[in-house]
Amino acid sequence: MAYPTEYRYTKEHEWIAVENGTGTVGITDYAQNSLGDIVFVELPKVGDALEAGKTFGSVESVKAVSDLFSPVSGTVTAVNEELVSVPEKLNSDANTTWILKLELADAKQVDGLLSAAEYEAFTSEETGH
Amino acid sequence: MAETVMALRKTALNATHRAHKAKMVDFGGWDMPVEYSGLIAEHMAVRTGVGVFDVSHMGDIQLRGPGSLAAVQQLCMNDASKLAIGQAHYSAMLYPNGTFVDDVIVHKLSDNDYLIVINAGTREKDVQWVRSQIGQMPGVHVNDFSDYYTQLAIQGPKAEATLQKLTSTDLSGIKNYWFTWGQVCGLHNVMIARTGYTGEDGFEIYVPSDEPTSARVWGEVLAAGAEFGIIPCGLGARNTLRMESAMALYGYEISDTINVLEAGLGRYAKLEKPSFVGREALLAVQAAGGPKRKLVGLEMVERGIARDGYPVLAADGTRIGEVTSGSPAPFLKKNIAMAFVPVEYAGVDGELAVEIRGQGVKARVVPLPFYKRPKKAVVA
Repeated sequence: MAYPTEYRYTKEHEWIAVENGTGTVGITDYAQNSLGDIVFVELPKVGDALEAGKTFGSVESVKAVSDLFSPVSGTVTAVNEELVSVPEKLNSDANTTWILKLELADAKQVDGLLSAAEYEAFTSEETGH
Repeated sequence: MAETVMALRKTALNATHRAHKAKMVDFGGWDMPVEYSGLIAEHMAVRTGVGVFDVSHMGDIQLRGPGSLAAVQQLCMNDASKLAIGQAHYSAMLYPNGTFVDDVIVHKLSDNDYLIVINAGTREKDVQWVRSQIGQMPGVHVNDFSDYYTQLAIQGPKAEATLQKLTSTDLSGIKNYWFTWGQVCGLHNVMIARTGYTGEDGFEIYVPSDEPTSARVWGEVLAAGAEFGIIPCGLGARNTLRMESAMALYGYEISDTINVLEAGLGRYAKLEKPSFVGREALLAVQAAGGPKRKLVGLEMVERGIARDGYPVLAADGTRIGEVTSGSPAPFLKKNIAMAFVPVEYAGVDGELAVEIRGQGVKARVVPLPFYKRPKKAVVA
C-alpha cells in the first residue's frame, strides 16, 4: 500500500495529517501489518495534553502490545470512539482510519517528521527488504 | 564490540513458508512462521475446519533396548508400563526437586522401543539430561532423532477427513493419543499419531525431513484439505489454541522453578510408581499440605488484555502473583490468562485484578481449561 504523500510519519509508525493547525493521527500500514489482527485500542481523552514523542495510548493485536507515540505536541480535540468496538478497522484501512485529532502546540514540529518517501526508506531498512 | 550472531535454525519447510509469505520470527533459536493469513483466521480454521502446522522444530528422543521401559519409568513421571504398543501419553521429565526438565509425549513403539517427543526450545538440554541419567541405567541406548523427521500437525474437526485422503490406513480406528504406521502420500512407514497441541481433534505425522519430501507432503496436505478450507497456521495460532485449552508451555506454566503440583499436573505424576526422578520431592510437597501456589485461569471482567509477566493483584491491590500466559481468546472471544497465585486466592469465582500499564483491571478466577472441544456425536 502506498503511503500518502501529504502525510508526515514517525519512526514509531504513526502518520499525521495537518490542516489549519489541527493534526489527525493514525498508524501506518506497516504498523498494522507487523502487529497482525488488532483487537484493542486504548485512547486518550479529549482535552489531554500530548507531548511529541511520548506515549498517548496503545494498540494490541492478539499477540502483541504496541505503544502509540504522539508525532507532535498538542491538545486532543477528538478521539475515534468507533475503534473501541471495531479496532480491526486499523487493519483494513490504516491510511484513512484516524485515532485522534489534536490542536498543534507548535506547527513547526511537523517539519521534523519524515516524508512518505523517507518513511518508506526507513521501513525497508527495518525489514531488510 | 564483537557480537556473536547465532544462525537461526530452519526446518526443511523454511523456503516453503517464505514462499507462502509467512511472517517469520525467532522462536527459541528457530526461524519459524508466526502467522500466514492472520492469527484469528488460522485459530478459527482449527476450531471449525482444519489447519496445518509445521512443528518440525520439536525434538524426538528414542530409548531403545531391553532396559528402555525401566529407563522411561525412571526419567518420566507418568506410568509407561500402562502403555500398549501404539499408544502414547502426556508425561514430563523432572529434576530431583520436582520441577520440570520438560513436558513430553511418550510413544510406545515396541516393548524395547520408546519415542519421547520433546519441546524445541529445550531440545539440547533434554537430550543432555537423558544422556546424563542413562549412564546409570543398563540395557538402553539413547538416540536423538530430532533432525530425522518433518513433523506436521493437521488439526481440527476436518483433520481426519483431510488426512484420510492421503493414506490407506483407516484413521477412524486410531483413538485419541494412539498412533500407527502407514503409507502417507506414497511414503511407507510414516508414523501417524492422533495427538496435537490445539485442544482439537487432529493428527501429527512424521515424514522424512529432506526438503523435497517435506515440501511435497506439505503441498499434498494443503491440496487434500482445500475442500474443507484448510489453511497453513503459524506459531501465533498454535499459542492461542493451546492457551484456550489450558495446555502448558515450557518457560511459562512449567519450568525448572515450577513443580508439578503447582502447575496442576499432578494427575500425570504417578506417585504410586516405586521410583522416578522428582518423586520424593513431590511426596514431600504433598506431606507438607500441598503446594503454596497454584496455576489458575483468569477471565478479564473489565476491558483489558493480560499478558505474560503482568502482576496479579488481590481485591485490595496487593500483588499476589504473575500472569504466565495471557491473550485474547479468538474462539471464546474473551480475554483470558493463566497465572500463579497463592492457593488461598485460587478458588473459582474469586475476584482478582491484573495490573495493566499501572492500573488494576478486574478479572475472575475461572475453571481450566477455558475451552473443551465438543464430544463427537455418536452416529447411529
